[in-house]
Amino acid sequence: MGKKNLTSLDRVFTTMGHNEPDRVPLFLSLTIYGAKELQIPIREYLSCAENVVRGQLLMREKYKHDNASAFFYGTVEYEAWGGEVVFRDNGPPNSTEPILRSIQQISHLEIPKFHEQPCLRKVLEATKLLREYLGVSAPIVGVVISPFSQPVLQLGFEQYLQLLYFDRDSFNMLMRVNEEFCVNWANAQLGAGATAICYFDPLASPTIIEKELYMETGYPVARRTLKRIKGPTAVHLASGITLPVMDEIINTGTSGLGISSKDPLDKIKESAREKVCLIGNLNALDMVNWLPGQVEERVKSLIAGAGPGGGFILSEDSGEIPWSVSEDILMEISEAVQRWGNYPLHWVEDYEEA
Amino acid sequence: MQNVEEKIQEFQRALLSINRIKAAEVLREHYSRDQDFKQLETIINQSLQRIGDGWQEGIVSLSQVYMSGVLCEELFEDYLPRSQGERKDTPRIAVAVLKDQHSLGKKIVSSILKSNGYEIIDLGQGLEVEKLAQMALENRVEVLMISTLMLSSALEVAKVKELLQEKGAEVKIIVGGAPFRLNPHLWESVGADAQGTDASDILKVIESMGEDKDG
Repeated sequence: MGKKNLTSLDRVFTTMGHNEPDRVPLFLSLTIYGAKELQIPIREYLSCAENVVRGQLLMREKYKHDNASAFFYGTVEYEAWGGEVVFRDNGPPNSTEPILRSIQQISHLEIPKFHEQPCLRKVLEATKLLREYLGVSAPIVGVVISPFSQPVLQLGFEQYLQLLYFDRDSFNMLMRVNEEFCVNWANAQLGAGATAICYFDPLASPTIIEKELYMETGYPVARRTLKRIKGPTAVHLASGITLPVMDEIINTGTSGLGISSKDPLDKIKESAREKVCLIGNLNALDMVNWLPGQVEERVKSLIAGAGPGGGFILSEDSGEIPWSVSEDILMEISEAVQRWGNYPLHWVEDYEEA
Repeated sequence: MQNVEEKIQEFQRALLSINRIKAAEVLREHYSRDQDFKQLETIINQSLQRIGDGWQEGIVSLSQVYMSGVLCEELFEDYLPRSQGERKDTPRIAVAVLKDQHSLGKKIVSSILKSNGYEIIDLGQGLEVEKLAQMALENRVEVLMISTLMLSSALEVAKVKELLQEKGAEVKIIVGGAPFRLNPHLWESVGADAQGTDASDILKVIESMGEDKDG
């Protein structure tokens, strides 16, 4: 039986505990989208913690989603490692050249210090401010890029694949440095007020790396790293399929799992029951094509498939709502969750997919 | 034919396990017996197509697709006489990454096409719209394959098309990359002529464009 009028934080914790809260929680991964809300350029929006905090609070008010985040952009860690980012006026800041020119440079890699890195300091400051404003009413999601996936930016994908297949010693050397940074960065965000950490690990998906190779490489890294993070975590594979590695990811001890729109929901739900809370799986990149009126059915279908019994947070599958998705679509998602996500989900018994 | 089918399977297994020595051995053995270049081409082509299909089905990873392409490109160079491998009368094909730096998709497509005897002009990565259009014009490109990683970059393909049209260049644009794979209608909305989501796709698309040119 569903509970009544919970705060966002209670709603999320209840579902993560595999119980039915008052309604299905909604996570909207709104990052640079806050610049739209403040009607300022993306670069200016991302220039200080105050802007991001204002954007997050205004968007929460507008779309009534259950999360807040001080996640500025995906390349913030790459920037801290010494990479140069390029700001765009219609998308997230992008990486430029890899930080390491050769595999030999791995041995000279120095772990970034938070206090020396303005890009990281902003994130911690925004996390702290969000916690001050939100208190215990809503979860603040911190974000880290996994030590296993970060080398795509540090080395470039092609060079990293050579490392993964043919040079395990250098791979292990790089993982030692990356793991240390990742654990420290995650714990610093938790210390600043983050409720949980989203561990982005796109390379863990068999869409990108075959399971056998992942089991030898990224999986032990995830196990070691997640164990040292002092708070709840959710593993997110950023649109890549999850099902083939789902049991292994559950074994890392993580509490949440971001699933892809390409994952079969029925099988995923069956495997997740009582073990891990599912987060997903509206197709974020397809959202730009959605027309008003098409959203409700998608949300209903998702709630019908994954909502019963709790253990489910409705969200999108890539970790970021694209800039070009219209506000009307986000509003419709929110309204559909308010309308159809209330527990108990009696309507699901008679639901037939349109 | 059964023998060729066995070789395709053997070669495919070698590629998927990233075993260059075994892959080379399969080609060498087959060639030394029959001296049939066309059959080697079939083995390479079919294997890459099946690996690409496997990726679409979720049973093969992107890294395996990439490494298979790289191995095939090397083997094509090492074991086949270049003059025999090259195709004649194909359109001038170029590949580039628009705005993003990730060149994996570009490399995969390039390797697959080179392994099938096509000449590919590599325009590079991290290119801005104007630069890409200018390079395509300078290189008299007839088929431009554009790879992107971010949705915001994918949407800029429309501007590349517009610039090329303004200059009166008849360039066919083929797009690829995650935004197009995850949003099946995006290629049309940015004005591309086709999209290539995997190895078999890209070969079919290029072959059909070659036929258009001939026709």
